[in-house]
Amino acid sequence: MITQKPLFYAGLLALIFVLPFLFPAYGVQLAAMWLMIIVAMTWDMTGGQMGYNSLGNIFFYGTGMYVAALVFIGMSHDIGAYTDASGGGSFQFTDAQYFSGVFFGLIAAGLFCAVSAVVIGMLIFGLRGPYFAIGTLAVAIAAGELVSNWDWVGGGQGIALPIYPGDIDVGKKFFYFLFAGLGVTIFIFLKWLYTTRFGAAINAIRDDEEKAEAMGIHTMWYKLTTWAISAFFVGIAGGLSAFQLIHFEPLESAYQTINLGIFMVVCVLLGGKGTLWGPVIGAIAFHLFKEVTWAYLLGWQWVALGGLIVVTVVYFQDGFLGWVKQQKPEWFGVRVDNGSTENAGTAK
Amino acid sequence: MTKIIEVTGVSKSYGGVIANKDISLSVKKGGITGLIGPNGSGKTTLFNSIVGYHPIDGGSIKFENNEISNMQVQEIARLGMLRTFQQTRIYGEMNCVENMLISLPHRKLTWRERFSSNTKVDYERADHLLEFVGLFEKRFLRSGSLSFGQQKLLEFAMALMNEPTVLLLDEPTAGINPTLINGLIDRLKRANTEFGITLFIIEHNMRVIMNMADTIYCLAHGEMLASGTPDEIQNDQNVVDAYLGAH
Ligand SMILES: Nc1ncnc2c1ncn2[C@@H]1O[C@H](COP(=O)(O)OP(=O)(O)O)[C@@H](O)[C@H]1O
Ligand SMILES: [Mg+2]
Repeated sequence: MITQKPLFYAGLLALIFVLPFLFPAYGVQLAAMWLMIIVAMTWDMTGGQMGYNSLGNIFFYGTGMYVAALVFIGMSHDIGAYTDASGGGSFQFTDAQYFSGVFFGLIAAGLFCAVSAVVIGMLIFGLRGPYFAIGTLAVAIAAGELVSNWDWVGGGQGIALPIYPGDIDVGKKFFYFLFAGLGVTIFIFLKWLYTTRFGAAINAIRDDEEKAEAMGIHTMWYKLTTWAISAFFVGIAGGLSAFQLIHFEPLESAYQTINLGIFMVVCVLLGGKGTLWGPVIGAIAFHLFKEVTWAYLLGWQWVALGGLIVVTVVYFQDGFLGWVKQQKPEWFGVRVDNGSTENAGTAK
Repeated sequence: MTKIIEVTGVSKSYGGVIANKDISLSVKKGGITGLIGPNGSGKTTLFNSIVGYHPIDGGSIKFENNEISNMQVQEIARLGMLRTFQQTRIYGEMNCVENMLISLPHRKLTWRERFSSNTKVDYERADHLLEFVGLFEKRFLRSGSLSFGQQKLLEFAMALMNEPTVLLLDEPTAGINPTLINGLIDRLKRANTEFGITLFIIEHNMRVIMNMADTIYCLAHGEMLASGTPDEIQNDQNVVDAYLGAH
């Protein structure tokens, strides 16, 4: 196993690299699959590992879009004038302006969302269970409404951004690799984070927050930090989507609570909550299911999707990895009492 | 000896039920203090007040001469005063070693250390303390699968892992197999003498507490009925009537 593991990861990286060249026609779908993986992995940080089910992570996606777009525009033009003209007319971006705008836009989107998570978190992390879920959803819905009525940021029309300067196919690969790079970075980061004391602390909060408090763990700090890290990555992913989509609206694409906002939760449930690989596997499975039903079940795709969600929630709550863990607990390092330790507890 | 906990005139009621009425007591640093009383006499309520689990209606609670009655559970825990629960609380999905590691004194960790892995020293301490309470053989089992008594032992070991100055134990022998109780008494005493932890113990079993404590307080109907050495308590007619007589 020891020698196989690096080989497995090297093979995986190679696959990630060649995919857009093997399937050049599917560049956009592949990028969308990465987006699904990213929002699922980051949702699981709070939902699976910490026990706080957020229905509002889409807020960071939408906010990331806006912040990235506004910083991008603001670096080269007057934002109000730009949105007034819906991005049309004389607003040009040089290559240098485009790439530096994308770079700083993404960074700003991540940072802004991380700070938002801390501020919102301080207000609503006192809520537990379903109240937290509804509280976060309310934030996302309110933000969508607020932004649609704010003309300076484009109002209900949203914002139009320039297309990638250069070859269209190169542009597709550019975004694929940015999404893939972000996804791989998050995966490596989480793989490490979950082995640290930090990972153990958020698991403790999930298992028994009152006990964690009684043991002096800085529960609020861990909750805020976890959500801020999660929001940072989602914000960047939102920003990337803004540049990839070219045009986005506040309710349909940015704060899309009932689409991506719910899909990310379904991905995690499907693959297995609170595991490293579960969200990744779930996101890939969900994305394939969605693409196939959209292509072949025209008119019925939402019914099929709804059916999948119901089946997952009712029969498959622990997801694919949860099911495997039940079958093969030893693969996950869980040991079962074999009766040879009867005398535990006696004085020695 | 100096007083490490000082409770003065503390009252607490739940709706119409007066659970604690004008309670005053003190816990000596380095000693073992007992708290006894019939079921429902307000012992757990007093513990909850001391560790900041709920606001009190009146009175003062001092820890190392500082008022703590307005502080929150975590803040008080970080001062080095820990409690175990009558209904035992452990992280049931984790195995015993994981339960121990998460109980490291987080108040002593820097930010960097929070983002680090546990050290070899941490693992050794966890193993050592699990051995101390007799759970070494079970260390890799899911803690939720242990018996109630074993979970109590684990919770005790977790508390020790946290390196507290004072440990408040709520009925540590309840649910423990009677043949193991002597061993547990021995370990509690060693926690006091070897690790220097001040103990404040709620105990239902008279034999156990008489054997350990240097000072005992007795509650009845939410009020302080008597206090003194084990001998004095044993011979106090009020205690005999209210507590021993009830059994
Ligand atoms: N959370 C609560 N809500 C309402 N009443 C409570 C609560 N906790 C305890 N009580 C009441 O307060 C009294 C003291 O309870 P408790 O402190 O648990 O006693 P003890 O630990 O000595 O058995 C009892 O009458 C009990 O019913
Ligand atoms: Mg009690």
